[in-house]
Amino acid sequence: MLRDITLGQYYQTESIIHKLDPRVKLGGTLLYIISLFLFGSYLGYVIAAAFLGIVIRLSHVPFKFMVKGMRAIFFLLLITVGFNLFLTPGRELVSFWKLTITAEGVRMAVTMAVRLTLLIIGSSVMTLTTTPNNLTDGMEKMMKPLKVFRVPVHEVAMIMSIALRFIPILMEETDKIMKAQIARGADFDSGNVVQRAKALVPLLVPLFISAFRRANDLAMAMEARCYRGGEGRTKMKPLIYGKRDRVAYLCICLYLVSGIVLSRLIGMATGY
Amino acid sequence: MGIVRTQDLVYEYIRRDEEGNVEGITTAVDHVNLDIVPGEFIAILGHNGSGKSTLAKHINAILNPTEGTVWVDGMDTSEEEQIWDIRRTAGMVFQNPDNQIIGQVVEEDVGFGPENMGIPTAEIWERVEESLKAVGMYEYRKHSPNKLSGGQKQRVSIAGVLAMHPKCIVLDEPTAMLDPKGRREVIRAIRGLNQVEEITVILITHYMEEIIHADRVFIMDGGQVAMEGTPREIFSQVEKLQELRLDVPQVTLLSYELRRRGLDLPDGILTAGELADACERLRQKNSGR
Repeated sequence: MLRDITLGQYYQTESIIHKLDPRVKLGGTLLYIISLFLFGSYLGYVIAAAFLGIVIRLSHVPFKFMVKGMRAIFFLLLITVGFNLFLTPGRELVSFWKLTITAEGVRMAVTMAVRLTLLIIGSSVMTLTTTPNNLTDGMEKMMKPLKVFRVPVHEVAMIMSIALRFIPILMEETDKIMKAQIARGADFDSGNVVQRAKALVPLLVPLFISAFRRANDLAMAMEARCYRGGEGRTKMKPLIYGKRDRVAYLCICLYLVSGIVLSRLIGMATGY
Repeated sequence: MGIVRTQDLVYEYIRRDEEGNVEGITTAVDHVNLDIVPGEFIAILGHNGSGKSTLAKHINAILNPTEGTVWVDGMDTSEEEQIWDIRRTAGMVFQNPDNQIIGQVVEEDVGFGPENMGIPTAEIWERVEESLKAVGMYEYRKHSPNKLSGGQKQRVSIAGVLAMHPKCIVLDEPTAMLDPKGRREVIRAIRGLNQVEEITVILITHYMEEIIHADRVFIMDGGQVAMEGTPREIFSQVEKLQELRLDVPQVTLLSYELRRRGLDLPDGILTAGELADACERLRQKNSGR
């Protein structure tokens, strides 16, 4: 059951999006999210959706994988829509009991739903087409200027990539400990919140002990392989921008500018 | 001078109580002298708590001796500034394959050591390729280590050390957590390194079958070297092995028992084939009479 949780799920296939530099994808995702909040009209969202559609098409990742990511935040989406629908003041449309739906509320709810959906699918395109390692590499390189302010950029990236590597191992271990405790009569599924939280103690203690032991072993193994921090380290897969990456940057800029201009123009024409 | 040499090596674990007062001292390694010739296949055998793992950690400068000295390729391991040269000369493979694989893709893990050493990118790729080929894991280079079997993971770990081009590899019970199939895979890979790449191998184990191929065997007990010699010399002393509570391979035990019952078999038989040959010779001799 615990193994079903996937984090930063990567979909292995060959595509131009997979081959892009992670920095392009990180920056692109960020710009895309900003664009969703900049575009003020429905046409803007149509452009954003079309752009996303093209990227998904290019990435060769089946669409159902993107939707899978949506399922996890479906409730969040529902709550957001609900709040916007009922709590936006404005012209009254329908009213029953203590709840009123306003025209502005409907528009806000639809806008929020579209924004969130595009945002989540947009960022899942990034995680689905970039290996976690590649992603941390990209972050490390992008945050390199922060080194001036004594931010341990390399160390943070290393910690992240090790954490990602150990997630499945620790999940498996949790499963194992859980089964061992259940076999000895532990009960994780019944009782109130306090009882359930208490039941987790015999699960967490061995898990933490084992995690510390693993950390100790891993540190020794890393030292044995001459790891001594980021200084003097070379890269097996250095990040170098290619022609493809520059073209991708250009496409993102083009999308952003055309989106802003078009949605503003239409907005002015229709009065939104 | 040998590739690895220890002189009167002593290591003491100091046990402390909660206030930090010394409760007692355990001598894990007690006056050990080794001299290992380059290219040798050495096996160090002993049961739990015999000090074999502690000894292994000295060769990679993870532990520093309490007394005595360890030299790796002429470098004293207690000298702080040589520690990285020592670690690239004597690579180390540990027991738990999960806890020593750092990369999320096989090839990235193998490249971790060379990356740390500051090797240029193009050469890292060459080293990764040749190391993975040497342990027969090249076709798995794009896989996630989590999806490999124990034996495969351990071979990836060996490739990771191999990519650092060490002169000597210390393997600390690399097969302890594996099933028999994984054990065979790993032992085959280790023998390949020793015979093809001519790397000095120091294999620490508690499986008797794994020491048969070694050039020399050291048997540790209570922190001291209790026996030393070729596998054949070791296995010819069945009584002494039993005294040290070590299992003797079945074939060796069988021929020992047969000899004790009066059959004229040679000492220290290691494989079923050898025993069969010896029996056949015996039969011909008897029928010729």
